[in-house]
Amino acid sequence: MPEQEAGGAVVAAAAQAGELGGSGGLATAAGQSAGQSGAAGAAVLSGVGVSAGTAIGPVVRMTAPAPLPPPHRVTDPAGERASARQSVDAVAADLSERAERLSGEAREILEALAMIAQDPLLAEDIDQRVGAGSDAAHALTEAFDAQADLLREGGGYLAERAADLEDLRDRAVATVLGRPIPGIPDPGHPFVLVAADLAPADTANLNPDQVLAIATERGGPTSHTAILARGLGIPAIVAVAGVTGVADGTVVAVDGTAGTVTVGVEAGAPNTVPRGRTQTDLADLGPCHTKDGHPVSLYLNIGSIKDVRAGAQGVGLLRTEFLFLGRKDAPSVAEQHAAYLELFKAFPDPGTRVVIRTLDAGADKPLPFLGLPDEENPALGVRGLRTARLRPEVLDDQLAAIALAAAEASCEVWTMAPMVATPAEAAEFAARARAHGLEHVGAMIEIPAAALRAARLLEHLDFLSIGTNDLGQYTMAADRQDGRLPDLLDPWQPALLELIALAAEAGRAAGKPVGVCGEAAADPRLAPVLVGLGVTSLSMAAAAVPAVHAALSERTLPECRERAALARDAVGPAEARESVAGA
Amino acid sequence: MIERTVVVGSTSGLHARPAKLLVQAAAEQPATVRLRVGDRPAIDTRSILAVLAARVKQGTEVTLEADGDGAEEAVAALAELIARNLDEETGDA
Repeated sequence: MPEQEAGGAVVAAAAQAGELGGSGGLATAAGQSAGQSGAAGAAVLSGVGVSAGTAIGPVVRMTAPAPLPPPHRVTDPAGERASARQSVDAVAADLSERAERLSGEAREILEALAMIAQDPLLAEDIDQRVGAGSDAAHALTEAFDAQADLLREGGGYLAERAADLEDLRDRAVATVLGRPIPGIPDPGHPFVLVAADLAPADTANLNPDQVLAIATERGGPTSHTAILARGLGIPAIVAVAGVTGVADGTVVAVDGTAGTVTVGVEAGAPNTVPRGRTQTDLADLGPCHTKDGHPVSLYLNIGSIKDVRAGAQGVGLLRTEFLFLGRKDAPSVAEQHAAYLELFKAFPDPGTRVVIRTLDAGADKPLPFLGLPDEENPALGVRGLRTARLRPEVLDDQLAAIALAAAEASCEVWTMAPMVATPAEAAEFAARARAHGLEHVGAMIEIPAAALRAARLLEHLDFLSIGTNDLGQYTMAADRQDGRLPDLLDPWQPALLELIALAAEAGRAAGKPVGVCGEAAADPRLAPVLVGLGVTSLSMAAAAVPAVHAALSERTLPECRERAALARDAVGPAEARESVAGA
Repeated sequence: MIERTVVVGSTSGLHARPAKLLVQAAAEQPATVRLRVGDRPAIDTRSILAVLAARVKQGTEVTLEADGDGAEEAVAALAELIARNLDEETGDA
């Protein structure tokens, strides 16, 4: 069955490649690799990047559920009806149970799915079909399919929900037949998950340690795959024509920012580590420096204890939202203290730097207990440090907890605020943090105003950290969530690089470190440019460290500066990439 | 039969979270409440699929109807819910 599925996808890929034009090589590569496991014909498949980040690993495709057995004669319609109903109830109960372990959007999605499974319209349809002589498995299949078709006819938002009905169908049918529930493969090693589409119940169960990245043939920017992958921090690309034609085991590089899947990277990319981000022991890499010995600190971006990797040089961005999401009340100082201390203790070496960011929530990432009103334009509203204007006690509690934990930990704790716009905000935050006894206080540079006035900010602060995702969105006035504007959100936009240069130059003049902790830092081609612009540290997901480390070790600082100058001079992101690649 | 017309208050209409809250509330009512939009056939408010497929936007007038015991109470409860902007009430999420 998987063979048949792959064959069909290759035909579809070939047809789509023809329509796209100029992508003839794509169909060929997909066809080759589908036929010969591990074929290394380098080809780039394009889709819509919906969750940023990069990863490299072997493809494992999600297997389609086994076909239905032939219909059988129903001799006991009441019993058949009961078993159909029980299977639907079991599916709903399983989803509800898993929903309880989640929070926020992921939880709501699973709750809604459980509700759909038990919809009275479906129940009635299933009953009628059994009454008309269908066995339970066929009645379930036909009833769920009929509803999926109805949603698909409507188009738009509801059409994307049709995949939910098909997932529920597969679960209910597997349950009634006593088969294992179809779902995410578990090959026992980290992999790049490839599927026609993913159902929310699947993505909610993903293990980010095993699933390095996700690429799906279908799906849109608002699909659950997109939302949940972003939530889990897994790089993901949807609408990748031909991706299900790539054979299991083929090593691919997934760039969730650029929206590309590069097939056959072993042959084509000597700078990249061919397999598994999480498998590399970062300590083996040693401290990072350019070819001529200029040190560049490579740190991790982490959102919970799960993201910590042995051998890391430190943490450039410790997000604290994990403690707050899905809460009705703010976590207490004691609870925060315990959580921060656990994370700090994961870095026992004295002097290891751990940069912790205070709560970055707001209308775009709503937290019930903050009690913030809905906003027309949440990215421009009360978020990040601005929430402290309304609820200063939440920030004070957090700073108190960080200070307590920092005093007990052996690592060096640096504290920074998100969404600082003005020197006055920087001064106020610094005063507040220092009053709690925190020594190293900084700010994120995410707002163009802050980049332009970086020197003034540094009069009050010890360091800066550039969040290129938000800085890009605000510089280009392009919503990060909008899949239609990828060119404007490209971290290679020269305007964005200019602002990074301004902040870095301010840091150099003041003798204070300026790091980058956005997606841009994880791009091995962009890393030398950032270092050339004067950035002193790069912080990224553990997966990206080996490739960035390799890219920097190959170039001298003057070469990095030359690349930075070329990228700044370019007319656009594509030209910037080209001239840097040709340098 | 009890009937009541109400304007949908939620920003996203009867989609996503508001749809879920409506269906949850409908399942708790003592009587089955049907919902009509214009002259389209009435749908069962306990069916999330029917509510989603109705694609009701914010500001749309919808008519709720129910018969028998508890009809009045059920219609009143759901009318009150539909009139609110549930997208702005994230407190009980």
